[in-house]
Amino acid sequence: MTEQATVDQVHDVVIIGSGPAGYTAAVYTARANLNPIVLAGSVTAGGELMNTTDVENFPGFQDGIQGPELMMNMEAQARRFGADIRHEDATELKLDQRVKEISLGSGGVLHARSVILATGSAYRELGVPGEKQLSGHGVSWCATCDGFFFREQAIAVVGGGDSAMEEALFLTKFASKVYVIHRREELRASQIMADRAKANEKIEFIWNSEVTEVRGEGKVSQLALRNTVDGSESTLDVTGLFVAIGHDPRVDLFKDQLTLTDEGTVEVQGRTSKTSLPGVFAAGDVLDPHYRQAITAAGSGCVAALDVEAYLAEASETDAAETQQAETIPA
Amino acid sequence: MSELKAVTDSSFEDDVLKAEKPVLVDFWAEWCGPCRALGPELEKLAAEHEQIEVVKLNVDENPATAAKYGITSIPAVFGFKGGEHVKSSIGAKPKPALEEEFADLLG
Repeated sequence: MTEQATVDQVHDVVIIGSGPAGYTAAVYTARANLNPIVLAGSVTAGGELMNTTDVENFPGFQDGIQGPELMMNMEAQARRFGADIRHEDATELKLDQRVKEISLGSGGVLHARSVILATGSAYRELGVPGEKQLSGHGVSWCATCDGFFFREQAIAVVGGGDSAMEEALFLTKFASKVYVIHRREELRASQIMADRAKANEKIEFIWNSEVTEVRGEGKVSQLALRNTVDGSESTLDVTGLFVAIGHDPRVDLFKDQLTLTDEGTVEVQGRTSKTSLPGVFAAGDVLDPHYRQAITAAGSGCVAALDVEAYLAEASETDAAETQQAETIPA
Repeated sequence: MSELKAVTDSSFEDDVLKAEKPVLVDFWAEWCGPCRALGPELEKLAAEHEQIEVVKLNVDENPATAAKYGITSIPAVFGFKGGEHVKSSIGAKPKPALEEEFADLLG
């Protein structure tokens, strides 16, 4: 207990991440008077939805809503109930102790009784030659940021999920032609997104194919492809390549401290948000290798907030009992 | 912390290429979410490093300069010294990461 006594202030809960999971956890914990601190990230506040356009499947917005607007609404909602939202990065965590320590990018350390990890996921890279070198020079992970630069050009999207379809459809606003390269013969995307992409005249599917190399001098000019069925090789001349092949959970900050699943996500107990460490909870994409939706992340943020509330209530009862016991012993 | 100076296609030569100090140019656009996140980080960096100039260029309104430097991804921060493009950084990054990447210009 001496360690705790020297600490200026121990917060009830620090939430790391500011996507739908982080902000929903903030709304709930703020309304529970737990005065949450949200480390929203210095340049990543709002999370992945900040780079999207129309969100049509978040319930309650019958006409759809722009991703950035949805996230700014969530932030404002959390602030309204008193959440302390900081555009800062957590750089180091010490989670395996009763009072957790969170080092900040700006210097300084926060102490908290509980932590919610809502760090989301990061775009997966293809891992082929040329991809890194030409990143930002034709290779992109953000159609809404970079589509503008490919007016009247032929470009390619890799992937078969909803994100890939959304990117491809968005890119048809600018590009003259959008190839969608997919490893299989069928899309993973939802029916509505697949139908829209297939109906778009500018989109052409290249099935059963994977990119083996990104080529170009200083900027992308060609892709090398391999057929996944017969192994035959071919090339495709494009000036841009948008990679949308999925995401990996962002666990670098804490992967050595708690248990991960085989898929690399944070392991939680059943349908709770409880990780392998007491007082440490997870929410959103970081624990979810399958669903990865704004609404499931939001729901998961709510679960984490309620678990934190219960954990802190129980911890304070234990503390009170211990204090009482300590006081009664000398007498 | 003040708003970064906006440069244009027509002022680029005077404001950037002929500038006495090294210049960081933030290529950005209204519709780019990460660009909005990067802005405040660059403003902080500018406030702390008087030996350089930090300016912004709207790629929508100034396509010629964006095309000249082959911008295909924003936000992009390009470093200029003595009229030469010497260093680039692509994507929204926190101030410490930018300081590291442009350490040569920050002196």
